[in-house]
Amino acid sequence: MPFAENKSGFTTTPGTLILILSFLLVAVATCSLMLGQIYIPPETIFKIFASVVLPIKQTWSPTLESILFDVRVPRLLAGMLVGAGLSISGAAFQGLFRNPLVSPHILGVSSGAGLGAAVAILFFGNILAIQVCSFGGGLLAVFMTYSLSRVYRTTPVLMLVLSGIIVGSLFSAATSLIKYIADPVNEMPSIVFWLLGSLNNASNRDMAVVGPIIVLGISVLLLIRWRINLLAMGEEDARALGVDTGRIRATVILCATLISAAAVSIGGIIGWIGLVIPHIGRLLAGPDNKTLLPVTVLVGASYLVAVDTIARTAMEMEIPIGILTALVGAPIFAYLLRKNRSGW
Amino acid sequence: MRALLSVQNLAFSYPGAPARPIFREVSFSVNPSDVFCLLGPNGTGKSTLLKCVSNVLQGWHGTILLGDKDISHLRPAEVAKGVAYVPQNQVSAFPFLVHDIVVMGRAPHLNVFSSPTRRDREIARTAMETVGILHLAERPCTMLSGGEWQLTLIARALAQEPRVLVLDEPTSHLDMGNQVRILRVIRSLAEKGLGIVMASHFPDHAFVAATEAAILDDGRMIRKGQPDEVITAENLGKAYGIEVKVLQVGEGVNRKACFPSLKDFTAAPDSSSSNPE
Repeated sequence: MPFAENKSGFTTTPGTLILILSFLLVAVATCSLMLGQIYIPPETIFKIFASVVLPIKQTWSPTLESILFDVRVPRLLAGMLVGAGLSISGAAFQGLFRNPLVSPHILGVSSGAGLGAAVAILFFGNILAIQVCSFGGGLLAVFMTYSLSRVYRTTPVLMLVLSGIIVGSLFSAATSLIKYIADPVNEMPSIVFWLLGSLNNASNRDMAVVGPIIVLGISVLLLIRWRINLLAMGEEDARALGVDTGRIRATVILCATLISAAAVSIGGIIGWIGLVIPHIGRLLAGPDNKTLLPVTVLVGASYLVAVDTIARTAMEMEIPIGILTALVGAPIFAYLLRKNRSGW
Repeated sequence: MRALLSVQNLAFSYPGAPARPIFREVSFSVNPSDVFCLLGPNGTGKSTLLKCVSNVLQGWHGTILLGDKDISHLRPAEVAKGVAYVPQNQVSAFPFLVHDIVVMGRAPHLNVFSSPTRRDREIARTAMETVGILHLAERPCTMLSGGEWQLTLIARALAQEPRVLVLDEPTSHLDMGNQVRILRVIRSLAEKGLGIVMASHFPDHAFVAATEAAILDDGRMIRKGQPDEVITAENLGKAYGIEVKVLQVGEGVNRKACFPSLKDFTAAPDSSSSNPE
């Protein structure tokens, strides 16, 4: 029912909706740059940005500029890219698996990345190694899932899901083993904190490497977004419409995996975004992926930046963002579920 | 004249069971305005055959010609521009609007990176008009009845602008009124020059709508020809394993119809005689 109402009672066109959500993102991003241990007024932020290209006399302390460019901007970018990337991957996977309860982690990417990070913390301990190993672990897990699910040169959706569960469990078990044997004073807490998720470590250098990967994945998914509608109708229907289903499915999985693995490598395991945001998107834009995917990008980016700003300003010490997304996400999801009983 | 679609010596077996073909030695062809109706018992391979013909299933042996082109040399999108398949299943995980579903028929005409244009939406609109569901355009597909779903899928197939329409049991699960509505749509599409291949569980429908009929039994096409020649008491009895009478019905109906004779049902409860049906 809700969609009948949505559509008939809809006064905004997809274009207006996207415009409104873009303004929302700009507003949230500005707040995120202003807030923190040191408050930076919006006009100062504007002047500092403008001074990069315009000859404006410096009236602010160099510390402010450093906080802005070295701490808050990379963290804002990380929040936007991770939020947007996980959300669009979730929406694309929900279409691909024809199931609105699927998240980007279903093929084991987060379990693989978690194991990679745990191994790196145990053996190397430096941040670069952790990022590289978690990225590699995520890719490895999905590659194993995909290989395991190949039957007769095709990859049935059910086989993919089951293989994802198997590979995910295997990697999670291995992570638990590492936690068990790790030094309980230093290594174990770092593993646990890393798995809880945080954008605390996002630096400009990280964003220069990881940013383009996520942007590439998002761009490709946006380009093929109408084809995801066809996959959502089912394998046979899509084939009857002349779609090379194997290739499109592999492309979606590759993009979503690159995005998720990159996201996990800079932010740890941030759950719920990829599950909840596509639902909010469907509530706003309906199920057509042509509008839905751009909408989830904007909503996901705004949402994670907002949650991250709360995570670092609400209390004296930073709250791990994975805890907050679940604390906020679960009630939202419960609310949507109750409100939307007649279907997505 | 070359047939729109011609199938020569087609066989299919699932990989892993090559010794047990689902069907074999199947040949037929479809010309413009033909309605080729495929009959046969459950599990005899009708659906599989239709899926092979429309390139949904691959791995068949034999030759399928679309016009003068062998479809095994064509890209999937090229095949989908010539043959449109209307599936039997009617489920969607998401409440796509009818219009969104019909416009999906434009997929073979669009490249991977593009979305439907205004022109594609107009073609979809015409397709909905042709089958008479324009009033459903803004309705979510999760709120459609069986008959409306079937018409939506036929409209989607028409949006492909094909030369041949392949329908898998288009009248199954529908009430009597919707069955007739679907058959009428199929007939009118054939009159416009489309070639039509359909599977059916109702031999009567072949009398109503088909120009040619065939019976598939145990993976082989046991009869093929004019509906009058194919749908006989003898052939139906052999295929379905029951005794069937094919009778000319008068009194304002004026066509042939099939009736299971049900002789061993004569000992049925007495209530049947008191029930004036």
